[in-house]
Amino acid sequence: MTKNVDAIVVGGGIHGCSTALHLCLAGLKPVLIEKDYAGRHASGVNAGGVRQLARHIPEIPLSIRSMEIWEKISDLLDDDCSFESYGQVLVAENEEELAICRARVTELNALGFTHEELIDTAELRRLVPAVAETCPGGVVSRRDGAANPAQATTAFRRKAEQLGATVREGVAATNIRHTDSLWHVDVGAESFAAPVLVNAAGAWAGTIAATLGEPVPVETVAPMLMITSRVPHFIGPVVILRGRKLSFKQFENGTVLIGGGHLATPYQDRNETVLDWKSLATSARTVFELFPVMRDATIMRAWAGIEAKTKDDLPVFGPSSRHKGLYHQFGFSLHGFQLGPGAGAVMAELIVNGGTQTRVGDLGIERFYSPTL
Amino acid sequence: MTVAPEREEYDVVVIGAGPAGLAAAATSSEAGLSTLLLDENVGPGGQVFRAIDSTPVTERNQLGADYWVGAELVQALRASDAEVIHRATVWSLDRNLDIAVSIGGASAFVKAKRVILATGALERPFPIPGWTLPGVMTAGAAQTMLKSSALVPDGPTVIAGQGPLLWLLAAQILRLGGRIDRILDTTERGNYFAALPHAFAFLTSPYFTKGLSMMREVKAKVQVVSGVTELSASGDGQLASMSYVAGGKREIIPADLLLLHQGVVPNVNLAMAAGIEHRWDDLQLCWSPVLDASGHSSVAGIAIAGDGAGIGGANAAVVRGRIAARAAVEALAPAAAAKLPAMASLRADLAKAERGRVFLDTLFRPAPQFRIPAGDTIVCRCEEVTAKDILDAVAIGATGPNQLKAYRRTGMGPCQGRLCGLTVTELMAQARGKSPQEIGYYRLRAPVKPITLAELAAVPKSEDDIKAVVRG
Repeated sequence: MTKNVDAIVVGGGIHGCSTALHLCLAGLKPVLIEKDYAGRHASGVNAGGVRQLARHIPEIPLSIRSMEIWEKISDLLDDDCSFESYGQVLVAENEEELAICRARVTELNALGFTHEELIDTAELRRLVPAVAETCPGGVVSRRDGAANPAQATTAFRRKAEQLGATVREGVAATNIRHTDSLWHVDVGAESFAAPVLVNAAGAWAGTIAATLGEPVPVETVAPMLMITSRVPHFIGPVVILRGRKLSFKQFENGTVLIGGGHLATPYQDRNETVLDWKSLATSARTVFELFPVMRDATIMRAWAGIEAKTKDDLPVFGPSSRHKGLYHQFGFSLHGFQLGPGAGAVMAELIVNGGTQTRVGDLGIERFYSPTL
Repeated sequence: MTVAPEREEYDVVVIGAGPAGLAAAATSSEAGLSTLLLDENVGPGGQVFRAIDSTPVTERNQLGADYWVGAELVQALRASDAEVIHRATVWSLDRNLDIAVSIGGASAFVKAKRVILATGALERPFPIPGWTLPGVMTAGAAQTMLKSSALVPDGPTVIAGQGPLLWLLAAQILRLGGRIDRILDTTERGNYFAALPHAFAFLTSPYFTKGLSMMREVKAKVQVVSGVTELSASGDGQLASMSYVAGGKREIIPADLLLLHQGVVPNVNLAMAAGIEHRWDDLQLCWSPVLDASGHSSVAGIAIAGDGAGIGGANAAVVRGRIAARAAVEALAPAAAAKLPAMASLRADLAKAERGRVFLDTLFRPAPQFRIPAGDTIVCRCEEVTAKDILDAVAIGATGPNQLKAYRRTGMGPCQGRLCGLTVTELMAQARGKSPQEIGYYRLRAPVKPITLAELAAVPKSEDDIKAVVRG
């Protein structure tokens, strides 16, 4: 027996959950299908950075849209998602890096974006007193911050369900097909049908797209993170480095999250990752050099979440180039968490209104196909 | 002094030098395999034979004949060529059999063709009101002090709980002149009937006579209250008194020291972090690894022996260690296996050593109220999360221990769930009307024991590092 709904959202990451929620807000009744549980993979276990800083230009409008939602996240979700806004700082470790920062801020300003601000060494040291004295400056995005990723993803899921979304967790969406102008999906013994299908399946989305005749250059990656024991509060903003792979965030409880994009080996079929401790040691060395205060902290745990990374590091976002009613929302390439709230809102606009005021045209799947095809 | 492993790769790496690990390492090495035994303690013995070659307790009777069996195992190991490193904390093991180990503050990486995990057991959490007060400790911790330093309690002391180890500890304390004011036995009366069908095997097992004489010895000297159905500890920043209910009557007694114990459960952290499949054991009320008859786990190349494979006691652990090692020898050097005792005879030894276990497991199955707390009782000590906090999270959508982390930071502190994991699983299972198997357990990750950032920063550089990858 097939249940008819307004939209089928495949994938219970922050993107799928946010889209389901925004579809509910627009008056639709979606079903959200997650093969594990909401936030099981990258959405629930990422660094939680709520960052507009240092983004690729084509996704900045989406990021700005998202930021507006993050700043009022409690109004939307009745949950603060532990969002806090102490800014994010990109540190230049030498003059060459600072020159790159300067060029970047100039470029953004010319495009009308003002969220990134060049800072000198004095302002850098005011914002991040613990940073090594040799750093000449950097860039700050003052409204940025961080949230608890599992809490946030779960809160989106919960609110979507409260507003009428049907949620199916622990069973994969299978046998996705388009017949009689409707998308059909099997979920265990159940079947759902809807005029709209949103492919927000993260690391599994590339396979879905390929199965539906829209292959894209996407790989599965698993960026690693580690968290330390509590240390006395010494840093407010999230810090990322211009020249080395490092991101750094101290939470209110004193624990410090160390990330930066070193990769584990993903075993997607088993929902498993094998960590690369030699790469994590590189991150540890960088922290050791930059933040002497951290040297005696202990590493409590390290992990990695499985996600999709595209060839051009930009998400695949928007309507299918082949099928009516199919929308893609995946491939966020290690920086999708902050985009989740805004992407869900924009996706709902694309589905319900057929268009959006937010500029997302450069993110479409058609960029991977030559115009002659 | 820091001793690093001599090689980068071994045929067999054994983790843990308790009864199973000692036996496994000796067997593997005798068969000619390059063998490394890594152990966290200062000397061999694990928990049951702790300080076997260094204890100041020299009168053999005080620790009991079973304890001194450990000396023979140590001798056999010493006679072999196995490389043994103590104070070596294995903090990562993965399915590629890559092992990260911290020795004297420096970490090294070694690779194995086979790994035998012999990480033993942990005491089951005993989450009663007040169990986090200073002055409340586990019986195992008390036994560690007794074996390593001959330290015994001398103030008002209460022992509460159940199980063979509780009686063993009480006997050991008394023999060393320590003080015990009262023993509060929490064994459920119904368990005696439930265990009855298994009594024959127990009566013919070595546990029976030893256990009985030990209980007699203790009961002659200490007031034992049986049928205790409720326990709580209280005091202002320090344990001052104990309250308990037995036979429907409440009593309050002063206490400086409360020793809690309600059995042991497999220490699963390293095995789970390596990705080994575990199942809920309904009789022993804990997670046990899924193993074949040779102790082999779901991850190719990793076997588990000893109490980490499911609680079986020291005698069974020794045999399981030999079985796992023999299987490794069969795989890596089949010709050498012929010199070892036949697998069939080892399995017969194991059956004998495990006789009576079902009786003990049934008799000493802890009562629900001592496993599944309520209200303000702390469940997660690291993050100070109460039973009520967890039920509140369940009410708004937390479905299992991993989802619970999104609401409460349970299991994310330094203990990595060792002190709360079983409680959280059972509490959530009860609240959601599901089985513990359905509810699941924390996903555990390395480092299984914390290491300092400085230590990680000091490990040899990788190629990545040398190439100095630049952010794109």
